[in-house]
Amino acid sequence: MPLQTPPLRGLHDERGAKFTEFGGWDMPVEFDSIREEHAAVRDDVGIFDVSHMGEIHVTGPDATTLMGRLTSNDVTTLEVGDSQYATITDEEGIIIDDTVVYRLPDENGEATYLFVPNAGNDEAMHERWIEYRNEWGLEATVDNQTDEYAMFALQGPEAAALASDVVAEPIDDLGRFEARSVTIEGIECWTARTGYTGEDGFEFLVPWMDAETVWSAFDCQPCGLGARDTLRLEAGYVLAGEDFDHESDPRTPYEAGIGFTVKLDTEFVGRDALERVKEEGVEEKLVGFRLIDRGVPRHGYDITNTEGRVVGTVTSGTMSPTLSAPIGLGYVPVEYAEPGTTLRVIVRGQPKKARVETTPFIDTV
Amino acid sequence: MSFDIPADRRYLESHEWAHALESDGDGVVRIGISDFAQDELGDVVFVELPEEGESITAGEQFGVIESIKAVSDLYAPVSGEVVAVNETLFDSPELVNDDPFGEGWMLEVETDDDLESADLELLSADEYDEQIA
Repeated sequence: MPLQTPPLRGLHDERGAKFTEFGGWDMPVEFDSIREEHAAVRDDVGIFDVSHMGEIHVTGPDATTLMGRLTSNDVTTLEVGDSQYATITDEEGIIIDDTVVYRLPDENGEATYLFVPNAGNDEAMHERWIEYRNEWGLEATVDNQTDEYAMFALQGPEAAALASDVVAEPIDDLGRFEARSVTIEGIECWTARTGYTGEDGFEFLVPWMDAETVWSAFDCQPCGLGARDTLRLEAGYVLAGEDFDHESDPRTPYEAGIGFTVKLDTEFVGRDALERVKEEGVEEKLVGFRLIDRGVPRHGYDITNTEGRVVGTVTSGTMSPTLSAPIGLGYVPVEYAEPGTTLRVIVRGQPKKARVETTPFIDTV
Repeated sequence: MSFDIPADRRYLESHEWAHALESDGDGVVRIGISDFAQDELGDVVFVELPEEGESITAGEQFGVIESIKAVSDLYAPVSGEVVAVNETLFDSPELVNDDPFGEGWMLEVETDDDLESADLELLSADEYDEQIA
C-alpha cells in the first residue's frame, strides 16, 4: 500500500527533513536534530506537522449518544469549545485507540463533534462509528475528514506569545483543553489549547489546501516525530501502538495508567468489563523507570526482577534529552510498580539496573 | 547534502573509518564512523566499545552505537588489539556527531594489517564517496 503523504511533504523535504513511515503516512521524523528540536520545545517554541492524525466528524440528533457510547469519557460534560481525552474500548474494555474529542459549534441546531484517532486508525474508527450507529438505529452523520485537514501542533513555553502574534484574534485567554475557531493569514482554523509534549501550546486543524500558508506563518523551529516521541515520553504520555496495541499488547485504560479517561457513570462499550477490572484491580501496570546503568531501553526489551526472572516488557524508551538519562515505560506486575522499586532491563543480553519512577519524568504544564 | 570524507584514511562499506597514526609509525590505527553515518543516525546518545587489551577482528562487530532513533552495530576495519578507547564518548557521545573524524574517534588498535591491502576490502575516500552518493 502506498504511503499517505501530508500536504507539506514537498516543503518539508526542501527544508531538509528526514522522513519515516508512521501509521501508513510518510512523515518528517527530524528536521535538524532531535536534540535541537526537543530543546526548542522545552525552552522556547517549536511546530510539528501532525497531519497523519485522523479527523472524524460526527453530527446529528443522536451525535452525543453515539459519541458517548463509543468513548470512555463523559461527552455530556463538553460545552461547545471544550475537548477531552478519551479512550475507545472494545466489549472487554481493551483499548482500541485513544483520542481527543472536540465539541464543535452546533451544526443545524445539532450537537457536533470531531474526534482525532491515531494515524492509520481513522478508517477503522469511521467504520466502527457507522456500524454501531446502524446497530443502535441512531440518527447521526459520521464523516471521515482525515484528508480534509492538516494538523499542526505549536508547542513550548513561548507558544502563546508566538500564537498571539500570528493569530488574528486574541488567543492567550484560551484555557487548557478549550478550543475555538481562529483566523491565521485569513484562513479559518479550529484551534485547541492541547498538545502531546508536556508544554503549553496549541493544535491547529487547517484546511488541507491552506496548509502551507498557515505552516509558513509560524517562524519557529520545525520539529519531527522523533522529538515528538522524546517529548511525550518525558511527559509520561502513552503512545498507541507502542504502549498499548489492541492486537499485540491488549491493555485496559487502568493498566495503561489512563483510568482517568474512564467514566463508569456513563454507558459505553466496554464499561461493564471495566467496572469489573476496577473492582478486582489490575495485575499489571504501566510504570515509568530510569536506567541507573549505562544503556538505552527500547520497545520490546525484557524487564526482570533483581533475581533475573522476566516480569515485564519495555513499551517505550529513549535517552531523555532534557534529563540526559535513559528513561522508559513498561508493564510490570503491580508488586513491582511502586516508585523506587529496583528492576533490571535486559539490553542485548545484559541486565541493566533500573528504578521505577513516577511520571511525568519532568515538570509539565 | 554533502559530507566530509577525509582522504587520509580508508573506509568500510558499513561506514567505519580507519586512520593510520603516522606519527607513531608503529601500526596503530584509529577507528571511528563517518560523517555520513553520524548524519544518518542522528543524535548519538550511547556507544558500547571493547576495553583496552581486547581484540577485534576485521569485518566483525566490535561495538554498538545508539542514536535516539536507532541502534546500529559497529564493524572493525582491521584486526588487532585495542590499545586505547575514547572514554570521553561515554559521557559525551554527541562528539560523534560534532566531530566524527576527530574528537569522535572510538578506538585505537595495534594491528599488523595494511590498510591498503585488498584482503581488508577497505575503500578509498573516492570509492566511499561513490558508495554513499
